[in-house]
This record gives sequence, structure tokens and C-alpha cells, in this order.
Amino acid sequence: MTAFILRRVAVMIATALSLTFVVFFLTNLGPNLEKLAKTQGNVRMSDEQVDTWLANRGYDRPLFAKYGEWLGIVPGFVVEQPDGSLRGRCFGEADTLPPGAPRFCGVLQGEWGYSTVFRGEVGEIIAIRLGLTAKLMLWVMLLMVPAALLIGVLAGMREGSRTDRTLSSVSILSTATPEYVSGVIFIALFASSATGLKWFKGTATSAMENATFENFFLPVVTIALFGMGYIARMTRASMAEVMQQQYIRTARLKGVSFRNVVLKHALRNALIAPFTVIMLQFPWLLNGVVIVETLFNYKGFGWTLVQAASNNDIELLLGVSVVSVFVVLVTQLLSDVGYVYLNPRIKVA
Amino acid sequence: MTDPTPEPPILEIENLSISFFTRLREIPAVMDFSCTVRPGEAMGLVGESGCGKSTVALGVMRDLGANGRITGGRVKFKGRDMAEMSDAELRALRGREIAMIYQEPMASLNPAMRVGRQLMEVPLIHEKISKNKAHARALEVLHDVKLPDPERIMKAYPHQLSGGQQQRIVIAMALMSKPSLLILDEPTTALDVTVEAAVVDLVKDLGRKYGTSMLFISHNLGLVLETCDRLCVMYSGEAVETGNIADVFDKMRHPYTQALFRSIPLPGADKNAKPLVAIPGNFPLPHERPPGCNFGPRCDYFEAGRCDAQEVPMFDVADANRHETRCLRFQEIDWSRQEIGEVATQKTEIGDTILRMEELKKYYDVNASSLFKGGETRVVKANESLTFEARESETLAIVGESGCGKSTFAKVLMGLETATDGHVTLDNREIGDTPIQKRDTATVADIQMVFQNPFDTLNPSMSVGRQIMRALEIFRIGKTEAARREKMLDLLDLVKLPREFADRMPRQLSGGQKQRVGIARAFAGGARIVVADEPVSALDVSVQAAVADLLMEIQRNEKTTLLFISHDLGIVRYLSDRVLVMYLGHVVEIGDTAQVFAPPYHPYTEALLSAVPIADTRVTKKHIVLEGDVPSAMDPPPGCPFQTRCRWKSQVPDSRCEVEVPPMVRFGPDSAHQIKCHLTREELEGMEPVITLATE
Amino acid sequence: MEPLTWTGALSPLLPVLWTAAAALLILSVLRLVCGFVLAPGEATTHADGTLSVTRGPLELIDTAALWTLCATLAVLGGLLVGGAALGHGAGIVGGMSRQLVPVWLALALMLGLSYAFRRRLGLYGKLFDSTIGVSGFALVMFWVFAALFVSFDLIATHDPLAQSAAMKNEPPGTPYTRMIGEVAEGSYPYFLLGGDNLGRDVFSRMIAGALVVVQIAPLATAFAFMVGITLGLPAAYHGGRLDTVLTFLANLILAFPVILLFYLLVTPEIVATGIPSYMAAVMFVFPIAFFTILLNSRFHTRPRLRTPLLIGVVAVLGWLYLSLISERFGAIDILPPSLDLFDIPGGILVVFVSVVFVNSPTVFRIVRGLALDTRTRDYVAAAQTRGEGAWYIMLWEILPNARGPLIVDFCLRVGYTTILLGTLGFFGLGLPPESPDWGSTINDGRRLLAIYPHPALAPALALLSLVLGLNLLADGLREESLRD
Repeated sequence: MTAFILRRVAVMIATALSLTFVVFFLTNLGPNLEKLAKTQGNVRMSDEQVDTWLANRGYDRPLFAKYGEWLGIVPGFVVEQPDGSLRGRCFGEADTLPPGAPRFCGVLQGEWGYSTVFRGEVGEIIAIRLGLTAKLMLWVMLLMVPAALLIGVLAGMREGSRTDRTLSSVSILSTATPEYVSGVIFIALFASSATGLKWFKGTATSAMENATFENFFLPVVTIALFGMGYIARMTRASMAEVMQQQYIRTARLKGVSFRNVVLKHALRNALIAPFTVIMLQFPWLLNGVVIVETLFNYKGFGWTLVQAASNNDIELLLGVSVVSVFVVLVTQLLSDVGYVYLNPRIKVA
Repeated sequence: MTDPTPEPPILEIENLSISFFTRLREIPAVMDFSCTVRPGEAMGLVGESGCGKSTVALGVMRDLGANGRITGGRVKFKGRDMAEMSDAELRALRGREIAMIYQEPMASLNPAMRVGRQLMEVPLIHEKISKNKAHARALEVLHDVKLPDPERIMKAYPHQLSGGQQQRIVIAMALMSKPSLLILDEPTTALDVTVEAAVVDLVKDLGRKYGTSMLFISHNLGLVLETCDRLCVMYSGEAVETGNIADVFDKMRHPYTQALFRSIPLPGADKNAKPLVAIPGNFPLPHERPPGCNFGPRCDYFEAGRCDAQEVPMFDVADANRHETRCLRFQEIDWSRQEIGEVATQKTEIGDTILRMEELKKYYDVNASSLFKGGETRVVKANESLTFEARESETLAIVGESGCGKSTFAKVLMGLETATDGHVTLDNREIGDTPIQKRDTATVADIQMVFQNPFDTLNPSMSVGRQIMRALEIFRIGKTEAARREKMLDLLDLVKLPREFADRMPRQLSGGQKQRVGIARAFAGGARIVVADEPVSALDVSVQAAVADLLMEIQRNEKTTLLFISHDLGIVRYLSDRVLVMYLGHVVEIGDTAQVFAPPYHPYTEALLSAVPIADTRVTKKHIVLEGDVPSAMDPPPGCPFQTRCRWKSQVPDSRCEVEVPPMVRFGPDSAHQIKCHLTREELEGMEPVITLATE
Repeated sequence: MEPLTWTGALSPLLPVLWTAAAALLILSVLRLVCGFVLAPGEATTHADGTLSVTRGPLELIDTAALWTLCATLAVLGGLLVGGAALGHGAGIVGGMSRQLVPVWLALALMLGLSYAFRRRLGLYGKLFDSTIGVSGFALVMFWVFAALFVSFDLIATHDPLAQSAAMKNEPPGTPYTRMIGEVAEGSYPYFLLGGDNLGRDVFSRMIAGALVVVQIAPLATAFAFMVGITLGLPAAYHGGRLDTVLTFLANLILAFPVILLFYLLVTPEIVATGIPSYMAAVMFVFPIAFFTILLNSRFHTRPRLRTPLLIGVVAVLGWLYLSLISERFGAIDILPPSLDLFDIPGGILVVFVSVVFVNSPTVFRIVRGLALDTRTRDYVAAAQTRGEGAWYIMLWEILPNARGPLIVDFCLRVGYTTILLGTLGFFGLGLPPESPDWGSTINDGRRLLAIYPHPALAPALALLSLVLGLNLLADGLREESLRD
């Protein structure tokens, strides 16, 4: 088991390095830097001025060196300014090299950089925003997973029955409703002056401090609904397949009652497949989070992503990307490990 | 068996009819089926696939799924009509009074539940006993089914056990509450022959010990002969003949039963002097059954206007005990008459050696587990020093159970794998290390293969004619499309299929017909060596003979060398000239057919011969049961490959069997008969014959 | 002029519709709950082979639900047919129904013909045995026909881009005035679904939006399938290092949150670097490679047929390819303008490329899984033993036998691509800001959602119905292909 986890972690680190490099590359392209120079410096800079501005701030060096510095495995740059002072990645501006300034200051040292939009440390911003999103996701999971599993199991245990058909239609409908559609419909129905049903609030900004049923229910339901249909369909398919297995017939012909056939014999086997699905939902759930946070103006992690990306906030975007890639990879690892635990057929030496 | 005051029967099935309902039509699966099982009796239910024998079993259990319905008749268990029982009463019956065992042991066990829990569940549900008592009971039953180390097995998951062990668990589970009726649905079909023999032995013993009645469903007449007291032959949803084993086997009174026995290779049958007689025509589909007698269109004794006039009821055969037949003419037919259409053919001359294998070795590197890439790699020794030769027009049978390396050797011969060591020569040309991409077209066309599974051998999305024509294209036969089409039609003629089949899709063909197309495709390039990998084992008994005879006929005309891979010693004895027995990658015995089937034997051959059921009441076999399973090729035992299961091992001094691989001992004129064994020549020659045929 | 009501002259039908629909909903929920509590009636068989079921309370609910369903559908049908006859005399619904008459006719013709010949049409014909499948198919074809006819200027009532100061955020059914108080002669007299925040006609924009989706989504999905198939088959068939590398790459892309990928790829800065053009140049090679290998492996034994065929196919595809990737003054400018058949605007191209890029790894995984399963079949071994090339086996022996699940997945994936396109529009990425596509329209409408929900609601429901249709179609296809 340890060897297995170690190998998976190694693959995960390789993936994370590749992905962060791709993000780094894409965010540090020429046009982005030029835009950065113009927004931070002066909008009417000439091309030469832009080049100098970038060179003074260490942006003109080779991509791999910059990536290494950002990662914290290459010593931070020190550039001498035209006026003779020094500017370094790890200490900002100074006349001479400050004593005690660290040589390495990248992500590995906890230095995530500076956000130009929010004017603050990237690490702090992400921590706060991530906390807000975690609160949202907790409720989404609490609503989505049990509901989806229940629907899937009830539909799949008697394949082809009326119950199955009704529940399957519901789950197909919910997979066909992306968050930006269901969100719009919910707001139009339950939060707009048009229908007059002002049951909920159309924005969730106030939920950041004080989440109530009124301001938090719609965003949670909106995210949960889209994922729920997918998980429910997977569970149903898995359950229906298991119910046709020979060992279920064996159990039935042993005299086990239908209830116990479902609960004791079918359920564990049927939940193996959906478990993986739920874990692999995370990259898609992030989608939903970004959409819903934008739609409901809930200033969490997804909202931050949109702000960083649309305002060319390179270091913040890098940080956000690293965190989201990391979350995805960790859930994949957990799903692999959990799969092994759930499925006794896989031998772990 | 002629009990004047019979006890009340355990199970009475009266005129049972079962149908499945689809959107389009009702499909009758079982019609007017009656049979009775008395206490302690073992009833065999025999028939080809699709005849409804498994449906009868499920009908008895009242578990026909959403589409199945009992449309008529009654099933009475211990005198009670099961149709009148409530769900709860049925549940109480299932597992406690009637238990069932299926074909696939792996599929019948819950993969995510420990074996112990699955076993204990039965008495816990039915007898409301304490967990400790259930545990003790499970251990006891596990001991009864002769599983080693029951405590460990109780804690294991099903996938951690071998196929034979799993089937023993399934049997143990069925016996947990000591049921009065045990239904076995092809319980050993998925197992190897030697394992099958041990399981069958066990079932027989336990049946006797627990006093359980049995309903034994099988397609294998030999197996039924060995296990049952009475027998019911089914054909196309109906019982056609019922009676005591001895009566049905020796004094059958239905043409189908007779035809069935003529189409299976029994000792004494011979491909030249006394060939098998295949049943003409095809099994009718459930919705295309003929009027009157279902067997009518394929019956030699068919009388138009009478046999197809009305439904045929069951008739009592007067001279025997509870012997019934569904034939209108059973009193008119001369049952002692010899086979119709028996044509003896000339034995073909065996030609020169064209294929030679010398010290062929094939090792694979395998990762210990697919989940971990890398890790330790293990070597699978699939073939160890294979040496033999094959001549023109010869049928060389290669016999062995799963994992013996016969498929690997076929792959090396075909060029799909290259040999690790040793030589394969075709016409004195070395081909052992030439992969198929590097072979010239003639060599590729010379060595072709017929596959086992008829439902897998043809590409389902390409028409039959296209597939044969593609082979012709590849072998560069025929200059134009029209020439190739003509040649393809000739090939269809060769395998006795109507020319219209060229435009059919594979799913429109029956298993036997698909197998014929496979044969036509193999012979497209005028193959000189054909490797037939169990070409008939997946076919129904009545079709097997026809396909085997077709192969023989083509071989006679084309002078093909046939390498016939099989585990079925009956068919091997019937059609092969020489036999090669393999075990765990080794050739353990090779010789002419007659030599291999008579002493001296290799101990493994001896066990194999004893294990194969023979559907002939005249045969008496020596009883040899092998312990345990075939070891994994991943982890072969040191020394002689067979030493872990050999009953002669103690005869060899100094435990040489465990240390060194035995040498080949040669027998017979020109040393054609070779046995790889440490036993002395005298000991080997002193062995008794396994099969003796009582003279009539 | 008076604003239109929803159903105008057909308003008396409304109470019936609401009653029936409400009853249907209640009965469905009741049935679901009772299904767990009550036992179904006993089925008995008769001598003539028919089945009958004794009537319990469950069966009563079923019958009632069926009748209310029929009633609901009948009233809806009445509204549409009556509307098509009366035009906007039958209110907004009538006006829309009249505009959609070409779609109704095409739909009726197509479904009628298909139903009549369904036994001869293979899997497509069998779709008509499944209510779910056929309703999904009808929904999909509704939008396909709508997109088709709108490109001939048929259905839309106004120019989807034309703005009118007087119509800003006006509710559905408002009479059309170009400026306040000025009645526009000769143009359609109403904004059927109202006006958006710039005073554009919501109905026309919704219909025009269908064209964007119907053009891009199936094509992008088809490209993703080409890429996935061309890479997935060899990965499964050859295994080994190739498989390891390709699977790692696929997992790499899959681990990227889609939204992040879009934000990184679909920005003007990235378009300026030309990266999407290069990606397009790589990805669009796959169809050429696919068809070349496909034909060559099949006909290499017959060179006289093969060579001209290949030259023809490669020439046509190659020209299309070069026209596609070559853009005047763009990142790749290799084809002289006289030969360049068409230019694709950078925004659309980048959307297309990123959608293909996101979908390909999933298709790769599916194809790889299916091929791994099919690879062990005997007919594959038979092809190997007669010395067939690897590509022939992959494309002609394995691929055709994996087509069932692939067709089902294609339908699902078109739906998914539609959602992705909507997502892009929702964040204002890639597509031009004026674009009538549904995502962008929802994005425009969401700011005033709490006050004027109609501009966002119409495209949201349109997208929902198309994706729902595709999902239902996939479900029906899956069910019917499993029935064999």
C-alpha cells in the first residue's frame, strides 16, 4: 500500500510540475507582460520603455529560470537599477543587498507573490477566499452526495420500473441544466420582482459573513443540482448492473429478503463506481463554483479566479491555478486510494 | 430402483410451461414439462443450449425475472403447490429446502463480502441460530467440502481463491442448511477436467451423506451418467425422454436421444471406420418451432402427416420403470438397427514432416500486479523445451488444461510471439523468431488458425463474404474483385454453407455455421498447417460431430496438417493420429493415439483419462481423483511440474521429483511413445489401464 | 397597440392546461411515493399469450397519470396548432408558433418518414421504439431545423443585432417601436419575447443563437472524436510506453479545471501570440491522418484502387486544412489568398480549438477503454494471424465494433460541448460581445435578472431544452443498442 501511494504521489508531483509550468508559460507570455507593464507603469509607454520596465523587474530572463525562481528552487533574481539601487525578487528595492534576505523565495518557501488587483499577498488572499469556497462546497456536498446516491440506488434497484423511469428523468433533466441556466431560472423564479416570489436572495454576498438559508440556499442548490444528476445516473447504472449479477441471484435464492439483498449484497458493490465519479467531479465542481460565485456575487475562490484572469493579475492567477490543480490532484489520489479500499478485488501488495 | 411403495416425491413438476414476454411476442421457453424427483434421487436434465433446461430450474425456484412467467402447469414441492405460496413462504424455502449451484463460481459469490459471512448468512436467516453456532456450522461444512484450512478461507474474499475452491464454497453454501433438494446448473462447466472430476465426486458423496435429492442440469451425458439415477432429455423446450439412466442410455426410445448418442465420440468410434453421425439441420429458434413434433424436421423416422399433425404427448414405455418418450412411432422403430448413413472412409496416408519444434521455450515477463507499474517483474514460463514434429495429413492433438501453455505455443507458431529459445522450422526453414509482420505471404497463408469461441471468431460488423474475401486479398489470391468473390463462394461450398450466406452478417448465423465460416477463412490461402484451438468445445453436442467431420474431410482432400488443441479426450481419441499431452508448459507425454490411451501412462495422462466423463454404460474407469488445482504458471513447482498432485510421487526414491525435471522415457517401436517421468520403465509398463470396455 | 398576452384568443385553454399539468405533477410524485409503499398488482397470463394485471391502487394512479399526460400534451398541441393558424392573434405563443411553421413542417415530415420506414433504418429506426429517445431526437431536430431556417432568414422576426432605444428591457409581447412613439412600418409588429438591455429582440436572438451552437458544437465534438480515436486506438492496441505517455498527457489535461484552461487559452493576449492557431494546425491534422490511414489500411492490397483514392482524399482534405489554418496576416499565412477558401475569425477559432482540446482526452479515455476490451476478441487474433497491419485491425476490426457506445457518447458530448460553449459565452470569452449565442445572452441578461428576468430566461431555457434533448437521445440510443 505504501509503495502504491508513493508511486501515485510521484505521478501527482510530475503532473503538478507540468501543469504549473504550462500555467506559468501561458501567464508569462509577451502580450501579458506588456499589458502588465502598461497597467502598473504607464499606459502610454513606448515599446522600449516597456522593455526596460520589464527588464528592471526581472521579467526578461529565460522562462525556465523565472519558473525556477517562482517555484523556489532557483535563487531569486537581483537586478541593478539604472539609478544604482538593487531590486530583488526576495527583498524588493534596496540600495544594497539587505543582510538576512533569503536567497530563495518561491512557492515552496511560502512566497506566492503580490496581487496587483487586490493589492495584497497572494497567499493571504487565497487562504481567505478558499475558506469561503470551502463553506459553500461543504453544503453542496452535504446536499448533493446523499441525494444523488439515494436517487441512483432507488432507481437502479428495480431497473425499468415506474420509479426508475421517474427518477431517471429527473436526473437527466438535472444533468442537462448547467449552473448558469439553473441559477438564472432560480433567481428569476424565487428571487425576482417579476414573479413576486421573493423567497430567497438573488445575491449571496451577505452569506460570506453570515450564511442563512435565505441567502445561501440558491447557490448551494444550483451547484449541487448539476453534479447530482451525473452522480445519480452513474449510481443507477452501477446499481442496475450489480442487481443483474449472479451473486445477487445467489443471495435471493438463499432466501435473503429484497431489502437485505439491496442493503447487504448490492450496495457496497454498487457504490464502488460512483465513489470514483464523485471524487473525479472536483474539476467540474470548480466550474460550477466559478459560475455560481460570479452569478451570486459570492466572493470566494472562483470569483477570485475570474478577477485575477480578467485583470491580468499574473501572480494571483498563478496561485489560484496551483491551488486548483492541487485540489484536483489530491482528490484523484484520494479516489484511487479509496477505490482500493472499497474494492477488495484489487490486491495491494 | 424398482421401489414398489415409493416415498412421496420431493419435487413434482406437472405440465409446466414457461414463457418469456418481449415487446414483440411471447417466446415459449418450456412447454408441457413434467418430471418427478424422489427423496435421495439424483435427476439429470440433459439438452443442448437453448432447450430450456436452465429455465426449468429457475421456474422451480420461481425466479424468472421481470419478463418470465409460468403460463401453465404446477410445481409441487413436498406436496405443496409452490404457486400458492406467499413471498415470505418462498423465501423460507429458498436456501433452506431448495438450494441452487450455478455454472460460474466466481460470479455466484459476492466479491465484496468475506466467504465466512456469505456462508453464515444462510443459517442465520433460516434457522435463527447464534453467530457462533453459524460459524461452527460453516467450518464443519467447509471441512466436508474438503477445503484446507477452513479458518483462513472463512476470512478470505472470493477472488483470493482458485476456481475449484470457489465452486466448493458455492457447494458448501448450498449445503449450509441441509436442503432436501439441490439444483445444480452446469456446476462444473467452467472448471478444468481434473478439477471437475474432484468436484463431481464431492457432490456425489455429499448428496449421499446429507440425503439430498438432486436436479442436475448438464449438457454432458457422461457427467450425468456418473452422477444421476434418472435422466430427462430435453429438446427445444420439451422433455422428449425420461427414464432410469440405464434405460435411456442403452434402450433409448426417442430418435433425438439416439441421434445424440451417435453424435458424441464414445470409445470405439473411429473417424475412418466408424464415423460419428451428426444430426442434420439446426436447432429451431423458440418462435420458429415446427408444428407437431419439434424434432420432426431433423428426424430420420419422420412421417409427414403424422408426426407434424398434432402436439405429441408423452407415452409410457411399457417394458421399463417410469420410462417415457415423446415419440409417436417409438413402438414401430427398430431401435437395434445400426447407424444410418454410416460411411467408412479410407485412412489417409501420413506424409513427410513439415513442421518441427525443437526445445522451444517461451518466457514472459509479467508485472506482479497491473496496478503498480514497475515493481518486481516475474517470469512466466509458458513453454518449456517443447520438442515434436508434425507431418503432412496428420492430426496431432495437443491436450492439456488451462494454463498448460498450449495457446502460447500456438501464438509462437503463428508468429504473434517470438520464441525465447529453441527452433521452429517449417519445411526446414526457421520461423521461430520471425514475427508475423516479417513473414512472407506464403508462410502466413500456410499456417492458419481456427478459434474456439464461435461467437467471437467473426467480426460482428462485417458480412461473412467480406471477411473471407479480405483474407483472400491479404493472401493475394485472385486478381480481381470478381475472381475473389468466385473463390469465396467456392470456399463456402467447401465448408458446406449455402452461397447466400456470403451477404449475411455474423449475428444471423448459428454457432456451428459461424465456426464453418471460420474454417473457410482459415483455408482461404490454402493453409498447410491449421491450428484448431478447441474448435468444437463451445458448440452443442449435435453440431460438434458435423464440424469435426468437416475438418477431417477438408484435411483428407487438402492433405492439411491439423494441430488440434483440446481438453476433450473423447474427441481427441476419435480424430487424432497422434497425441501430445501438456502440463504447465511441459510436454509430459507424446505418442500415437492408441499408445497414449493405453498404459504405460504419464501419471497426469492417467488422471486425465480417469477424469473425463464418458457417456457409455459399458465403460468402467479406474477412480483417480487429483487433489488441489493446477499450479499457476507464474509460480511453477520445482522439479517435475506434476509433482504437487502426482499419486506416484512416493514411488520415486530420494524425492527426485521435487528436484529435477524428469527425462523422456521412450517406448514402442522407433521410440515414438515418450513419457516425461522419473518412474522406472518397469513401473510405467506395469500400470493398469484406466478405461476398460465391457465386452458385450 | 396593445401589448400581446401570452395566449391571446386561445386563453380559454389555459386553465385546462394548468389543471392538467398540476394534476400530472401531483400524480407523478404520488406514484413515486406509493411505489415504495404499495405492492404492484398481480400479473396473470392467458391462453392467448396476453398478460393482464389486476388493478391495484398503483395501477389506478398510473392510468390517471397517463390520462393527465395525454390531456397536457393535447392542450399544448392545440396551443401550437391554433397559434400557427392564428398567428399573434393567439398571443405570444401563437406568434412564435406561426414563425416556427417551417420547423414544424420539417419536423413532422422527417419524423413521419422515419417512423414509416423505421424497420429498415437500423439503430436509427429502432430509436422510434423508445419514447424517451424519440422525444429527445425531436427536441434536437427542432433546434437543428430552427438553426437551418434562421440561416435562410426565415424564423427570426427582427435583426438579432439591431438595437432600439424604445424597446430596452420591455416585457414579452410589447409592440415594436423603433424610437419612442415611432411605429416601424413593414417590420414585425411585436417583440414576442420582449427586448434586452440594449433593446434587441430576445426571440430573434434566441433563434439566431441556435445557429452558433448547431454550427460549432457537433463539429467540435467530431474533431475531438477524430483526435481521441486516432490516439486512443494505438494506445490501447500497442500498450507499453506509448500508452503510458499518452495516458499521462490525457490525465494532465483532465486535471486542468476547464474554466481555468478557458481563461488561460481564450484571451486576446493568447490569440495575439498565435498559440491557438498552432494548436489548430496540430489538431486539424488528425482528420487527414485518420482518413488516410483508414483508407490505406483497407485498400493497400489493391494499389490500383488505393492510390487514386488516397490522392483524391488527401488533396481535398489538405486544401480544406490549409484554408482552415491559413489566415491572411494571421499567425500562419501560407496559402495565397486566391486559394484560401475561407477565413475563420480568430475568436471563433480559439473557442473551437479550446473546446476540441478539452474534449479530446475524455474521448481518448473512452476509446482506449473500449479498444482494450475489443482487442482480446478472437476476430482480432484472426486478423493478426493472417498478417494484417496494426492500423487495419484498429480501424476496421476494433473501431466498428465499438461504435455503439461511441455514438451514445457522441450525443452526450455534443450536449456537453453546448454547455461549454455556454460557459464561454457566460464569461464573455472568445465570442464577439454582440454575438447572439446563448451563453453571451445569458451573461448580458444576468445583471438585471432580479428586475427583468426575460432576456436571460429565454436563452437559458433554449439551451436547457437542446441539452436535455441530446441527453434523452443518448439515453434512448443506449437503451436500444443494448437491446440486441
